[in-house]
Amino acid sequence: MPVELENEAQPQEQTRRRSMVLNMGPQHPSTHGVLRLLMELDGEIIVKCQPDIGYLHTGIEKEFEVKPYQQAVTLTDRVDYLAPLSNNLCYCLSVEKLLGMEIPPQAQWMRVMLTEFTRLNSHLVWLATHAIDIGAMSVFLYCFREREEILRIFEMFSGQRMMTSYFRIGGLALEPPRGWHQRVKKFIDVFPSRVDEYENLLTNNPIWIGRTQGVGFISLDDMLDLGVTGPMLRAAGLKIDARKSEPYSSYEKFDFEVPTRTENDVYSRYLVRVEEMRQSARIIRQAMDGMPDGPWKADSPHVVLPDREKMKTQMEALIYHFKIVTEGFRVPEGEVFQVIESPRGELGYYVVSDGTKMAYRVHMRTPSFGNLQSTPRMVEGTLIADVIAGIGSMDFVLGDTDR
Amino acid sequence: MLPENLRSLDVGEVGAVVAAFDADAITGGRFDRNELTIEIASAKIVSVCGFLKYDQKFVRLSTVTGVDRYPAEPRFEVVYHLHSIERNQRLRVKCRLPGTDPVIESVTSVWRSANWYERETFDLFGIRFLNHPDLRRIMMPDDWDGHPLRKDYPITGSRI
Repeated sequence: MPVELENEAQPQEQTRRRSMVLNMGPQHPSTHGVLRLLMELDGEIIVKCQPDIGYLHTGIEKEFEVKPYQQAVTLTDRVDYLAPLSNNLCYCLSVEKLLGMEIPPQAQWMRVMLTEFTRLNSHLVWLATHAIDIGAMSVFLYCFREREEILRIFEMFSGQRMMTSYFRIGGLALEPPRGWHQRVKKFIDVFPSRVDEYENLLTNNPIWIGRTQGVGFISLDDMLDLGVTGPMLRAAGLKIDARKSEPYSSYEKFDFEVPTRTENDVYSRYLVRVEEMRQSARIIRQAMDGMPDGPWKADSPHVVLPDREKMKTQMEALIYHFKIVTEGFRVPEGEVFQVIESPRGELGYYVVSDGTKMAYRVHMRTPSFGNLQSTPRMVEGTLIADVIAGIGSMDFVLGDTDR
Repeated sequence: MLPENLRSLDVGEVGAVVAAFDADAITGGRFDRNELTIEIASAKIVSVCGFLKYDQKFVRLSTVTGVDRYPAEPRFEVVYHLHSIERNQRLRVKCRLPGTDPVIESVTSVWRSANWYERETFDLFGIRFLNHPDLRRIMMPDDWDGHPLRKDYPITGSRI
């Protein structure tokens, strides 16, 4: 923007120091939702950055307090709408921990398989939008091709493409559909070659490298201190993954690597996430091949709805069905903090129960909120052109941030 | 060594270490469902958190939040979830605050990540954090009345 000088004789020093405040968002295409950044600029250098969130605050934590435990599963989908099943899983695990419930192996493995599909789904949307922000249009089309197939698989399992609510307290919502094995196999057979296609487009692309290498650096100590988790930490060389360190839902039975890099920039975060996609595909294949037989929901008639068949033929099943649907179930008093590794980082549900059928308090420790807090540290002192690449590499979802 | 009145509590190794650091700090604790909770006197929160971070390697503050026990008194709980990567251990630290004018010292000087979490707790519960660098509302609009996650705040309704 041309600066109009009032007086030709004005000392040059003074004009150079003049800073301007730039408002980015909340309706900016590259902020993926409604993030607002207030930036004070000195020329093209960002002097100060202040993120402003809360535009998508929907009071989900309050809503948990007036919904029976089982009904509240549907709320968790809406927190992080790119990874609904990760949120379902974390919530179900925390309530199951309060109940002290055993989940049968088939349900656990199915949960692992579908959560890994969610990770693929989320990483694909991230890669597509991140690339389009930086200017690589075609990657978007490639990624959404595979994402569409994943959404069809979700639809096959749950009847829903995005807000699946497929995991319920005590197991799964429905029996796995007939023919899921062929469908998953068909996808997973071609998926690694599709990841190669994305890499062909980007990994050695000089424009991509120019825009991302050496951009968006924050030191590891700063990240730990600011609450950053997930792929950003792994791209800084810290091998941290809740699937390995605090295994849940029988992740300890799967063989996979936790990819790390040491460059700690936007490019290395891209490489980490691409490698995570390959590892997720490995986990899905193991889960598909080794899927145990047996029940897909826990044997706990007070909590889990009976089979339709039993409900129509057996008196007790009908009574349990009626009680669960009309009243819900009580959860013993206590509090738990369950952590899982969501596609974005550490996702934790803190559930407090007072012994009634509705949660006393639910707090979600969402990865986007923690990651976004590091924005000022990342962008201050860098060029405005790098902001888009920098915040894109955080992979935040505003629904996840504001809840 | 734990104070006499707390000997019966199972507060684990960390609880005993904190008690050795400052015997007056610990007011309670519980080991339940494989999760350790220690309760700290609210006046001691910064010194205990500093000790836990620098001496006990709880380098990460995972989250800060509140629980409203209305109408019981003390009404509020401020809950800190700590994580030690080195020890692969999580710890819940809790402080109880009264219903009238709930105030606690901010832990932003120990972990910078506390900044937004404390703002959120301030916004939704009305708990004030002393010496916080930027204590403003974060979720609700700046001119909002009331604190939505308090139990006496209605779940639905419109303003007149």
